[in-house]
Amino acid sequence: MTPSNDPSCDPAAGAQAALSPYAVDRRRFVGYVLGGATLVAAADLVLVDPPPAGAEIPTLPQVPELYDLNDMLTDAARPTANLITVTINEDGTASFELPRMEVGQGITTSTAMLIAEELDLPVDRVRVTLAPARPELLFNQLTGGSNTTISTYTPIRVAAAVARKALLDAAAIVLGDTVGGLVAKAGVITAPGGASVTYGELAVRAGSGGTRAVEVELKSERDFAVIGQPTNRVDALAAVTGSKDFTTDLDVPDALPTMVCRAPTLNGTPVSVRNQAAVEAMPGVTHVAQVSTGVAVRARTYGQCIDAVRALDVVWKDGPVAGESDATILKKLRAAQLPMPKLPNTPLAQTVSGDFTFYFRSNSAMDTNSAIADVRPDGATIWSGLKSPIVAQQQIALKLGMSPDKVKVNVVTAGGSFGRRLFFDAALEAAEISQKMAAPVRLMWHRADDARVGRGHPMGTCRVQATVLGNNVLAFNQSLTCVETDFRHGLGEIITAAAADLPAGVGNLGFAQTIFALTQEVPYDFGAVVQTLVETDDRFNTGSMRNIYSPDVRVASELVVDRLAAKMRMDPYQFRRKFQRNERLLAVLDTVAQAGEWGRPMPAGTAQGIAIHKEYKGVSACLVEIDTRPATTGRQIRNAVTGPRVTRVTFAIDVGLAINPRGLEAQMQGGINDGIALALTSSLHLRDGHFLEASWDNYFYTRQWNTPPDVRVIVMPSEETVPGGAGEAGVAASFAAVACAYARATGTMPTSFPINHAQLSFEPKPFVPPVPQSPTDGLELTS
Amino acid sequence: MPEQTFIVNGERVTVDVEDDVRVLWVLRDLLGITGPKYGCGINVCKACTSHINGKAFNPCAVPVGQLGADDEVTTIEGLPDQVEPAQRGDNGLHPMQEAWLERDVAQCGYCQPGQIMAAVALVNKVAASGGQITDADLDTIRNICRCGTYTRIREAIRDGASRM
Repeated sequence: MTPSNDPSCDPAAGAQAALSPYAVDRRRFVGYVLGGATLVAAADLVLVDPPPAGAEIPTLPQVPELYDLNDMLTDAARPTANLITVTINEDGTASFELPRMEVGQGITTSTAMLIAEELDLPVDRVRVTLAPARPELLFNQLTGGSNTTISTYTPIRVAAAVARKALLDAAAIVLGDTVGGLVAKAGVITAPGGASVTYGELAVRAGSGGTRAVEVELKSERDFAVIGQPTNRVDALAAVTGSKDFTTDLDVPDALPTMVCRAPTLNGTPVSVRNQAAVEAMPGVTHVAQVSTGVAVRARTYGQCIDAVRALDVVWKDGPVAGESDATILKKLRAAQLPMPKLPNTPLAQTVSGDFTFYFRSNSAMDTNSAIADVRPDGATIWSGLKSPIVAQQQIALKLGMSPDKVKVNVVTAGGSFGRRLFFDAALEAAEISQKMAAPVRLMWHRADDARVGRGHPMGTCRVQATVLGNNVLAFNQSLTCVETDFRHGLGEIITAAAADLPAGVGNLGFAQTIFALTQEVPYDFGAVVQTLVETDDRFNTGSMRNIYSPDVRVASELVVDRLAAKMRMDPYQFRRKFQRNERLLAVLDTVAQAGEWGRPMPAGTAQGIAIHKEYKGVSACLVEIDTRPATTGRQIRNAVTGPRVTRVTFAIDVGLAINPRGLEAQMQGGINDGIALALTSSLHLRDGHFLEASWDNYFYTRQWNTPPDVRVIVMPSEETVPGGAGEAGVAASFAAVACAYARATGTMPTSFPINHAQLSFEPKPFVPPVPQSPTDGLELTS
Repeated sequence: MPEQTFIVNGERVTVDVEDDVRVLWVLRDLLGITGPKYGCGINVCKACTSHINGKAFNPCAVPVGQLGADDEVTTIEGLPDQVEPAQRGDNGLHPMQEAWLERDVAQCGYCQPGQIMAAVALVNKVAASGGQITDADLDTIRNICRCGTYTRIREAIRDGASRM
């Protein structure tokens, strides 16, 4: 059977290579049929290969080639991976509670595909929902590092295969035949004589008889009929009809709209409220309560919350960065930089260097931080978009003075994350507010709060030095110095979160160093390679932003790579080919060069740029064309930043086995727009203790007038038989390719990002009151 | 408290609420119509884009007191009813929604109701002036998508326009 009609994403392409003596054994697993109202099947991974012997983290350079962040997350999830179950319902559907978070990356769809594949059930009859916080899963309920599919690929298929086996066993009795003679297809089991029975009819019988262990064999990649097929999202219909519910859409009785009035300086705290009674008397307002982060108001509508927040007269204590600006933080970063090794600079051995600054960036999603909390004296219920719900449950319990089992934490699909939802700021805040008000609350951060106070990507510098001798690179040193990236969510539960929260940032630094070491590499043969990380300042609200350290690190590397190429008088593409040591990278590089017509003649002021990246078990290459001519950069659009336009993008990715090529393509398209934003337009400006950007007319994420009219994503046929990560894989090469193209088009290598940061392109909104009033002229602006 | 009367998705509704509360909150917080999303509250992100009397508007920027009893507000929930049953697609939806499904545009989906409502209004406007959707027309769309689904949005609008 051909798994895919599309030759570019044929997952069986590498199947021959996998036919080792162990090929069959590697597909055999033991699972459990659990007693229940209907059939419940669980995975057990006792027969799975133990973690590779090289699992200790080597301290050599290029660590990710041996053991990367995904290996760590997968190994962390391994001991509890069997605690997941697939249930067969009497209506013939299968249901599964995914212990991960859907934020748009498409994992509910790819998970439904895995189950459909092993169960021989149509994808649309698999119901994937998000599991609430399950503390027994320990490290196995963290959505991050683009690791979901990598770590759940086998356990989910095993659980589905166990269910299929139990259904076949039950069908053999019902149909009076042997299992070997039966055929399961599309949720129906048919005997040779034509008699048939549906999964739904078997659901109760197959689940009876108590818990028993069964051995199953997973399908061979060659037999895949669902995995590898471009498949539309399972939640698409809900999304286009407006019925897809996000946290603030949920119908929780009496959970009235709630907002928080925040301090004019970042992380400032309230001292007292001067006009509480007057605000409490405003239309619609039910409660006003001072909490640790500000002053919360609860009202009949969010409009009345906004009115109340704007009316509050609060005495504030300044936050920890009062008085600081981009310039003062940059000075501190420069002071914290480690000395770079002294490299030779002689007529023979020359050193090429680059020194880059990356300003703060926001990972604010469309769906602002939000949570519903109903805190009662004897327990609490929370609803929120959470990528680390176990640690959220544990920290909320601590805050409320309850034991964790009294706090039910429901995970709700979120409108984007980009790393933001690794933390649970809104859930913790909502719990505190609900307890204080003794009423259910529907907390929503105003966009101004989400942009100014919400977490983001820390500012940093990145220095690169490379030594060239003749036509070889002898050494490549790279040093990233940045404001701390907060990893205090740990691995999603409180033990590692507590370790990350050790005093003086020591614990977090350990996490940061580990993540850096497990993700960063220089994918070229450049002799002695050293990459270092220094983190300095823990006063900001930061976290992993989509692709964490890699976008900045790759931009600095690839710009210097272009300089090295120039030094050797080589074409940037040919240079990258020559120094490439990875066959998969070579293939994506050649693919974009060919499909994107590398080297075609371009008018002055326009140029191509090319870059590569390797992470998440996959490799990618990006070729962009940019237009920096005055007619383009000077185009005027109201309340917008125009500037250089990326006109064409060709992107190739080898992600290993692509579960859903259509979803993978979508993630790359999004990553391309992120890369363009990071290179050209998107940053936060810190001035006098606060970030200026308060909304989408200040923070210039890529818009339709910036997005390339011509985008082509190529999903490579892969030799790999296991999937890699997709959600973050599109950012780094895109950012780097745009930076390289800009340098080639203008003849000047940019050294700070985004390139427009020096110029403030908007009038900052006030800080007191902290949120802007909604306009009233909407009827004059219909179109 | 004043009574506010207007038509939403074909039904006349009356709500007791102050004049200055913006229509977005009346729809979402009081009527439970949650298709229009909050993304900024200041008419810059366009996530709440809906139609009033057939034209795109942003309910976050309209006090409910400005609506008259005969003003017709259409949200994403009411979009399929804006075309004749024969024009609806396999899923019983407006041709633009069907194009969105076929192109698998949505990622997180949060901005997509607003994107679709803006797309329908844009296509109607371009069609009224006798033109075809161009790249320049697509560049005028102000609805932000933080997932960066712009490429498929552009494909879907061209596809949807051909079906409308």
